[in-house]
Amino acid sequence: MTMLDTPLTGVVEGPAGPDAHPDHHHESATPIGFWIYLMSDCIIFATLFATYAVLGYNYAGGPAPHDLFEPGFVAIETALLLFSSITFGVAMLKAEGGNLNATTLWLVITGIFGLGFIGMEIYEFRHLIHIGAGPERSGFLSAFFLLVGTHGLHVTGGLIWLVTLIVQLRLRGLIPANMQRLSTLSMFWHFLDLVWIGVFSFVYLVRLI
Amino acid sequence: MATEPALTAPETISPIFGRLTLDWIPYHEPILVGTFAGIVLGGIAVVALMTYFRLWVPLWRDWLTSVDHKKIGIMYMILGFVMFIRGFADALMMRAQQALAAGGSEGYLPPHHFDQVFTAHGVIMIFFVAMAFVTGIMNYVMPQQIGARDVAFPFLNNFSFWMTVAGALLVNVSLFIGEFARVGWLAFPPLSGSAFSHGPGVDYYLWSLQIAGVGTTLSGVNLIATIFKMRAKGMKLFDMPVFTWTTLCTNVLIVAAFPVLTATLTMLTLDRYLGFHFFTNDMGGNSMMYINLIWIWGHPEVYILILPIFGVFSEIVSTFSGKPLFGYKTMVWATACIMVLSFVVWLHHFFTMGSGANVNAFFGITTMIIAVPTGVKIFNWLFTMYKGRVRFEVPMLWTTGFIVTFTIGGMTGVLLAVPPVDFQLHNTLFLIAHFHNVIIGGVVFGVYAAVTFWWPKAFGFKLDDKWGRRSFWFWFVGFYFAFMPLYALGLMGVTRRLNAYMDQAWQIYFVVAAFGAVLIACGIACGFINFAYSIINRKKLACGPDPWDARTLEWATQSPPAPYNFPENIVVHGRDEWWRMKQNGFKWSTNYQPIHMPNSTSTGIVLAAGALVFGFAMVWYIWWLAAISLLGCIGYAIAHTFNYDRDHWIPASVVAATERKGEPA
Ligand SMILES: [Cu+2]
Repeated sequence: MTMLDTPLTGVVEGPAGPDAHPDHHHESATPIGFWIYLMSDCIIFATLFATYAVLGYNYAGGPAPHDLFEPGFVAIETALLLFSSITFGVAMLKAEGGNLNATTLWLVITGIFGLGFIGMEIYEFRHLIHIGAGPERSGFLSAFFLLVGTHGLHVTGGLIWLVTLIVQLRLRGLIPANMQRLSTLSMFWHFLDLVWIGVFSFVYLVRLI
Repeated sequence: MATEPALTAPETISPIFGRLTLDWIPYHEPILVGTFAGIVLGGIAVVALMTYFRLWVPLWRDWLTSVDHKKIGIMYMILGFVMFIRGFADALMMRAQQALAAGGSEGYLPPHHFDQVFTAHGVIMIFFVAMAFVTGIMNYVMPQQIGARDVAFPFLNNFSFWMTVAGALLVNVSLFIGEFARVGWLAFPPLSGSAFSHGPGVDYYLWSLQIAGVGTTLSGVNLIATIFKMRAKGMKLFDMPVFTWTTLCTNVLIVAAFPVLTATLTMLTLDRYLGFHFFTNDMGGNSMMYINLIWIWGHPEVYILILPIFGVFSEIVSTFSGKPLFGYKTMVWATACIMVLSFVVWLHHFFTMGSGANVNAFFGITTMIIAVPTGVKIFNWLFTMYKGRVRFEVPMLWTTGFIVTFTIGGMTGVLLAVPPVDFQLHNTLFLIAHFHNVIIGGVVFGVYAAVTFWWPKAFGFKLDDKWGRRSFWFWFVGFYFAFMPLYALGLMGVTRRLNAYMDQAWQIYFVVAAFGAVLIACGIACGFINFAYSIINRKKLACGPDPWDARTLEWATQSPPAPYNFPENIVVHGRDEWWRMKQNGFKWSTNYQPIHMPNSTSTGIVLAAGALVFGFAMVWYIWWLAAISLLGCIGYAIAHTFNYDRDHWIPASVVAATERKGEPA
């Protein structure tokens, strides 16, 4: 969350620079604060996974996973998201090396992968609703749409954040405040990757074998 | 909507006003019209006075947009007291109704209205009174106890507060536009689903809790980060005051439990708005899953309310006994144990669901085990008083009242934890008496104790002793009159939420309970009179920065503290640091340095206003307004991140001037 940045005693420019002052004895609280936020988000996902576990077999006479899921399609989605994590990692390395243009380039590539993922997900959702397998069809599909959709909303939020941050990087460069934002977004992005691995395994894979 | 249940005539949804029509304005209900008139007149008076005394600019600049944790803490307390009046009015209405509606009499509240009243009472008291109070106390006290200048994320703190306010406002809007939910404070489906509750009531419930929940969760993140990152130099975890420890455990509970509530309410929202089938009776839904999920949040929630209050009492007992707290480490570990155990007991709320003897036995036993660390705490407080020089000031009075009352409530809780007993008492007034016994005897007494204890810190003068004692005795005696009869009624099999009943033998108990509620009303009145009286007589009641001869760091600063709290950085050497500093004749250095502080911002209040509009629009299906307000909030939040200039330095000369002003004459 972008609201978590610039904490009270973060690395911010004072009259004589950030570290030249006795009032600065705390390191930034942003990483731990954001990490705690991610844990709370993790519990939202845990709740949704549990819901899927409870309702996942309530087809109400409607379609079951093997009628709906195509392993190849999901594998490509997964690959897109995993690649985007790698490219974000490269962007971080470039940022630490102080190379603004390369950082931007790799962030844009990350964004394209993310967009591809979201595009595929929207396509899948539309397709399911089109064939009458929308969330109102059964408890199983309600749980499916909510879990996968919540992850998708997070990725969408991450993309908006990514675009914002690219603009801010172009405006102000790799200043400490932006580095902090970059590493916070990176935590968020990798977290979403991790959640997706759970989705991929428990929502799709396990139900197809 | 396509999935509108067949039970109702199809609603007409206007593209401009959604489903909001003039019929939803309750101008035919005299009680509501009277309340509305009262609020409007009061509001006009306040606006006129504010304008006359030119208070709008200072209010906006120094309070509403402030990111100072102390001001936010005080605003949380004000929110709590205001909502307390609303919630208590609901309580009086219920007590009056049940005292009257016996043996064929219908009382004065029709069921439609009565059901809204008990729902609103529970929702308001838990989410907007008790939560506001404990969050306010944690916000005000904890940063000072750890020697910090503010919380880790001051803007986020302001935003969290305003989101809580937005949720509270949305509940109150439902009083005059539409209706509130009629489904009990936890809104169990299928009753709360669209098949059985089709008005806007449950939607008001859902959106107000979701909006306030954002604030609560983020505030939890914020306070944990504060404790981990902002402690003064040298303060190890086991040097922290017990209140700070209980704050830590509470906020861990908030961060771990509130997301479950968010997810659960989202599912109910999707059921109602988009025809999902999480909790419906048909199409593969499972309403018992809601009961499980809501109590996975709900049980930790009661510890979210009581743990900080345990911390409050710990500080008060050791201060007024003039001794370090007995068994500090056991107190910390007991708190941590309760924190963990509170996640493995949720099923005791529905033993009657029929999960089987083994499951019930497991949850019954885990519930009883919680009594052990709680008992440890009670004995720690008693041993702290033992051989101490106990001063029976008002905070100490509340504390002893708490120890007695809470112990009784705890014991009835252990009774309810026995599944066969619970089968008899489930959903009876015995349960109602039990949880009011621990929430009033614990949380409410604790809040009064905390307000009396830290008031001089916040304002530089004490609350009046005489009115404080009156308030306590009315509350204490009133509580027993109001709730002991409910225990008896519960044992007689009277269920909760009865609008009317036939058996006239019950009536006398309800009349006694109503009398108790009137005594409590006197206690509340004395409390408010105390605030007014003490503010008027503040010169006479003025006191130094450390009026109680206390032990922890918040008493090292001026009263009221300067915006930066501590004029210089503190180095901590152990527990009860302020006590040690006093023993060593501590004096602040006069070699002041510039201090780094965050700027005020109106972003929090603007975003929360947007969230309020969004919630209202969603309740009434005004889709265009919902879209605009949501996009507006997102855009505004993004724009806010382009502001990198969020802090300022207080020059050394200003610090020196502030410190000179605060010196005792
Ligand atoms: Cu419980």
